[in-house]
Amino acid sequence: MTAIVEAKRLTKVYGQHTAVDQVSFQIEENKIYGLLGRNGAGKTTVMHMITAQLFQTSGELRVFGAEPFENNEVLRQICFIKESQKYPDSFGVNDVLETAALFFPNWDRAYANELVQAFKLPVKRRIKKLSRGMLSAVGIIVGLASRAPLTIFDEPYLGLDAVARSIFYDKLMEDYAEHPRTVILSTHLIDEVSRLLEHILVIDEGKLLLNEEADALRGRAYTVTGSAARIDSFIAGKKVINSEMLGNFRSATIYGSLLASDQKSAEAAGLDIAPVTIQQLIVYLTSGSARKEATVR
Amino acid sequence: MGIMMDDSRPIFVQIAERIEDDIIAGGLPEETQVPSTNQFAAFYGINPATAAKGVNLLVDEEILYKKRGIGMFVATGAKERLMEKRKEQFYEQYVVTMIQEAEKLGISIDLLTDMIRKKG
Repeated sequence: MTAIVEAKRLTKVYGQHTAVDQVSFQIEENKIYGLLGRNGAGKTTVMHMITAQLFQTSGELRVFGAEPFENNEVLRQICFIKESQKYPDSFGVNDVLETAALFFPNWDRAYANELVQAFKLPVKRRIKKLSRGMLSAVGIIVGLASRAPLTIFDEPYLGLDAVARSIFYDKLMEDYAEHPRTVILSTHLIDEVSRLLEHILVIDEGKLLLNEEADALRGRAYTVTGSAARIDSFIAGKKVINSEMLGNFRSATIYGSLLASDQKSAEAAGLDIAPVTIQQLIVYLTSGSARKEATVR
Repeated sequence: MGIMMDDSRPIFVQIAERIEDDIIAGGLPEETQVPSTNQFAAFYGINPATAAKGVNLLVDEEILYKKRGIGMFVATGAKERLMEKRKEQFYEQYVVTMIQEAEKLGISIDLLTDMIRKKG
């Protein structure tokens, strides 16, 4: 596997605040990555360093095998769609697409037009007259039609309704199948996108918390519920990442795959077992209380 | 958005199970071609690499086989082998669970047997 991005002990410090703290990871060619984490966790800072909009304080970063800063060979292969992309006020939707065609060597004009139709975007309208959702659609169209070898979407869908988001997911999967490329998708809508992702990176308080195949995280945790006394004896010695009480009734979420022996003893004790989704897992792992109770890595 | 997948179990396993279900139910007869990885990906709205992993799981178990340059096909004898495998799982998955629940409710084995006979 070719590594498109290689980060070694990548760090970004702002004064007293360490935004990204010795993060090491690889992004492999032609895979779709989810870069997940809470607001302020350091996701955007990492993306800004990959795209050479920020210089790291320390650590090594290679993108397409080279340092990205002021490196046109690297940067022309990247398309970065930001949460609130700014365009010149005088531009119409058409002008944005024409400009993008000049920047991106793989730009597909016919495909861009097809996407404009799919998102029902008024091409002649001025950018500043567009609704928030339409503006997001412009970014998504640029991101998809650029067919850049490394395409990064940072929360691309502010103001987009569920139907338009669904069009985005379908178009992304469809075009990715025909034109494989490396995609990094940063979002809070984990439940919506998890099945599109091959690999997941979770950043929490500047540190890399998880770096795993998405399918490996499904079934990585489970929740047991039942009477408090029986739960307490069941969870002894296990990594509990979330726990709730209701009277004498307790539920505990345990990090780790459910072993057949544990399943048998839970069933024998009359405890209910429920699986945990990727979104729930990440919520538990990145909410403050869980962090103190469990050390994951 | 594709057909809903359960996000708490590996998706490649779910893809393999759905193909198995289809073979058992007769929707995919032996020696017929199964949809391509990209078709599965589009239909279920999942990553093509994940779909490929599910298909390859069944290739490893010799339920599917690859015809070079054409695609994946259901192997002869696949249905019978899957039925055998499912029968083994049936006891653990359904019978044991049912007896446990019956015990919880104070239903005797005799009463349980009567219930099954009545239904059958």
